[in-house]
Amino acid sequence: MAESQMTPRTYVREVPPTRWYFRHPRYMRYIAREVTCIFIGAYTALLIVGVAQLSRGSAAWEALLAALQAPASIAFHLVALAFALYHTITWFNVTPKALPVQIGEHIVPAWTIVAAHYAVWVVLSMVILLAVGVL
Amino acid sequence: MTKSNKPVVWGLFAAGGTVAAFVIPVLILVTLLAVLGHAPPGLSYERLQPLLAGWTGKLIAFVVISLSLWGSAHRLRITFHDFGVRADRAVAALVYLAAGAGALLTVFYLLRI
Repeated sequence: MAESQMTPRTYVREVPPTRWYFRHPRYMRYIAREVTCIFIGAYTALLIVGVAQLSRGSAAWEALLAALQAPASIAFHLVALAFALYHTITWFNVTPKALPVQIGEHIVPAWTIVAAHYAVWVVLSMVILLAVGVL
Repeated sequence: MTKSNKPVVWGLFAAGGTVAAFVIPVLILVTLLAVLGHAPPGLSYERLQPLLAGWTGKLIAFVVISLSLWGSAHRLRITFHDFGVRADRAVAALVYLAAGAGALLTVFYLLRI
């Protein structure tokens, strides 16, 4: 083979476009974080259905509550809860980097911001649980 | 300076992700209790309807639902790219239109409560 006759070829690394995230745990955690949007989006769609049924009166609302007791619904809610919690945790952990708070020359340490988020989250959740009658 | 729509799109996503991070887990928990047959008293029609009949309740419900929807839509657009779909303009149009439609539906039904 005469190398002087070969045109230089750029090297293109093979990356499977639909399966690349299986290659490394960090990629898996990233994809898990991104996929949370599917479950949160689906649950928000359910909230819209809830608002619609609520607007149609008591019978429609009760029918929705009854229909939600199907096994598929139980499975969905368990999985959605897990992914929603993962979204919350990853979101809080990233917030100090996304919106650094600077006071003078001093940047507020990340753990302060993250801890504040968790504290507010816990308090808000308890308030909602109290209002609904769970606690 | 070049003008871009990205700040608006990203800003709504940031707001949506934050709202979702704070309230969606507890809301799913409450719904889960109803799904398991132990619906809390606050989820009864008699307790819930008056809450959403007033403007404060409507406003809170609209903000939570529409922002969460936009946050999920924007992330879903990027997730499509992660899964190998390269038609970004089409995906973006699809997800943002869906989020807009969801927000409009929410307003429509909230006004009827």
